[in-house]
Amino acid sequence: MSKQIKIRKGLNIRLKGKPDKILIPEEQPGRYAVKPVDFPGLFPKMCVKPGEEVKAGTCLFWDKKNEDIKFTAPVSGIVRDVVRGERRRILEVVIDAKGDDYEDFGKSDPEKMDAGDIKKKLLVSGMWPAVRQRPYHVVANPEDTPKSIFISGFDTAPIAADLDYIIELMPEEDYQTGIKVLRKLTEGKVFLNLAANSSSSTLKKTPGVEISYFSGPHPAGNVGIQIHHLDPVNKGEVVWYINLQDIVSIGKLFNEGRYAPDKIVALAGSEVEKPRYHRTRTGACIDTITKGNILSDNVRYISGNVLTGQKIAADGFLGYYDSTISVIPEGDYYEFFGWITPGFKKFSFSRTFPTWLMPKKKYRLDTNMHGGERAFVITGEYEKVLPMDVYPMQLLKAILIDDIDKMEQLGIYEVAEEDFALCEYICPSKIEIQSIIRKGLDEMIREMS
Amino acid sequence: MKALRKQIDKIKPHFEKGGKLEKLHSLFDAIEVLIFVPDRVTSRGSHIRDGVDMKRVMITVWIALIPAMLFGIYNIGLQYYQSINVEAGFWEMVWFGFLKFLPLLLVSYIVGLGIEIIFAQIRGHEVNEGYFVTGLLIPLIVPVDVPLWQLALAVVFAVIIGKEVFGGTGMNILNPALVARAFLFFSYPKWMSGDKVWIANLVNGEGVADTFSGATPLAQAALYETDSMPSVMNMFLGTIPGSVGETSTAAILIGALILIYTGVGSWKIIVSAFAGGLGMGLLLNAFAVNPFMEIPAYQHLIMGGFAFGAVFMATDPVSGSQTETGKWIYGFMIGVLSILIRVLNPAFPEGVFLAILFMNVFAPLIDYYIIQANIRRRLKRATSN
Repeated sequence: MSKQIKIRKGLNIRLKGKPDKILIPEEQPGRYAVKPVDFPGLFPKMCVKPGEEVKAGTCLFWDKKNEDIKFTAPVSGIVRDVVRGERRRILEVVIDAKGDDYEDFGKSDPEKMDAGDIKKKLLVSGMWPAVRQRPYHVVANPEDTPKSIFISGFDTAPIAADLDYIIELMPEEDYQTGIKVLRKLTEGKVFLNLAANSSSSTLKKTPGVEISYFSGPHPAGNVGIQIHHLDPVNKGEVVWYINLQDIVSIGKLFNEGRYAPDKIVALAGSEVEKPRYHRTRTGACIDTITKGNILSDNVRYISGNVLTGQKIAADGFLGYYDSTISVIPEGDYYEFFGWITPGFKKFSFSRTFPTWLMPKKKYRLDTNMHGGERAFVITGEYEKVLPMDVYPMQLLKAILIDDIDKMEQLGIYEVAEEDFALCEYICPSKIEIQSIIRKGLDEMIREMS
Repeated sequence: MKALRKQIDKIKPHFEKGGKLEKLHSLFDAIEVLIFVPDRVTSRGSHIRDGVDMKRVMITVWIALIPAMLFGIYNIGLQYYQSINVEAGFWEMVWFGFLKFLPLLLVSYIVGLGIEIIFAQIRGHEVNEGYFVTGLLIPLIVPVDVPLWQLALAVVFAVIIGKEVFGGTGMNILNPALVARAFLFFSYPKWMSGDKVWIANLVNGEGVADTFSGATPLAQAALYETDSMPSVMNMFLGTIPGSVGETSTAAILIGALILIYTGVGSWKIIVSAFAGGLGMGLLLNAFAVNPFMEIPAYQHLIMGGFAFGAVFMATDPVSGSQTETGKWIYGFMIGVLSILIRVLNPAFPEGVFLAILFMNVFAPLIDYYIIQANIRRRLKRATSN
């Protein structure tokens, strides 16, 4: 019997620019990139140099802390550049796409393989980083055996891609194979969590997984919230999770023997003329997708959703885990007495704005901070948008004072920065909460290793 | 707006680091961000942010205080003209009250904000909005005739010792406005109690009607003169002597509705404080041995500073309990202790500000136990499977 879970806390931010269910076929962009910054805590060690030729699946760099974890090229072509930032940190490994050549990892049937062989295949092909873990919200450690594996089959973030729609456009065979692979990786259950109103028969009929239905506002679709409600992570335990579209890529790896991180992404946001779905591939340069479809100049491109995504350039690249490209206006303007005017154009969780008067209205929100940073003052607000049995402010303060014991006691193992994105959104003190959570997670990794 | 913006941009460099008016940076910055919400955009984390900021929160509290403030101004005049037994029109009373209240307000803001700006400059952060509310609260919880130099001293003490030594708004342990009141109460008790200070010019006694008493209902009750107490309706509406903003329960309730509706003040604290006060009142009624204990429990809620304290002081999120369960306990205990101190301790005619300060100190302890329960739940979950 599938479980029904009702999430009561949270917030749906009503943004303009929800994508229409129209699929634009792939138009191959000239460039792709793999971005080490997509993987928190990663120390990349390059294994190619600019100018070298690579195939889809050729290793670009690996993780210094675990050399088995390889990050490979999503397409064949020539390494154009290794872009470095502050302190020579590698930001992007850019590839000029050419041809359709791929490393052959061999077809194989996951049912006939043991977990060790499956892991090897995922690691060598560059598919492994798609598997992440709680605690810490980082790429999973292949030496662990997780107590369960989680898949979130829906995304509740504002104007995010509709996974129900996307999965029906993906090859079902690959999806089924991918699920078989996951089932081999744990002795526990594989949890597939769907929206209560899910319309996807492919998802609902997934064999061999435990399906639970979630209803309620964002962040109900966050895998961390689902883990917390179904199989919470305690000290010493590990749970793995993987994005839905990556399961299809894993299936393809086993069915066809090649690394092909195909994706369908939503181009969304108030500054997109026609928000729609596009067929593309992980790491693709977004310029071919956004070309001629952006309404104004002063906009922000985000790989991912508006709450947790990464700011990228107009010719930036789609992140490894992202299935939405959001485009919203920049907010670099002064607002005359903005703190006291009624604010009909602002979407606020607080009743001090008239948002609650217009429950249907959709908003065009920009990147303005709407105020200066302050100390923690207001209490009891974060709790309203965090559907976990965790005291958010107390955990944040434990992180700020580097108190490892307190962090552990207050539930650091269960959380990720994305779960606190709404707390950050509503915070009247404008505190950068997601950065603080990440700092805490990094601190714990250092302490525990 | 554009012209104003241009002017600000033009003079701004003088106040930046290295400019000739660098020392006034915090003052300039505070005024600039008051007029224009900055153009700062998100850089990390969430790309969009809620419109609400600390200024919006504080102005909401300020708006909630307006009914109590306006009534207080009117009541200063009303009480004065009653004391000298002179018929006066409504606007006459308001004007008199305004002239009495304005100096209190100005002293509070000029002294308090001045210190805040100096600290912001020293510490290199923006001027916090905390004093925006505190600065209005302080003149509302003192007697109208409090000497201005005493008020100024109290503000200095409250802002520096009550708040800035802990690191400023958000870090303080006690409610700064109540620290100011406690300072006045213990340093200059002559000006904070008795039956002369609550009505303007009564201390001088010029032209006061012979039979007139300026005692507050609480003082009358403490002397067991319950017969001469004003009617329940007068106490509810607030046409009685008392601190400037505390007398009208009706005006305070309007403020409470604003705070509760906008969510800026915790309804849990307000409701539980009233429940605690009422409960303690009933308990005293049950064991009554003197007229003060016999006062009907509900009347305690409309006398003295109880309503004002429960609505505007106990709900301070920084000095109060920070957990939702804790807020119930915190509010309830404020209610209980207020009435307990008020009725059973002859040294203190009013117990509300002491009860809140006392519970301010205890709030972290309440939170500690609530959070320990959360930690235990998590540990139990880990060991049960």
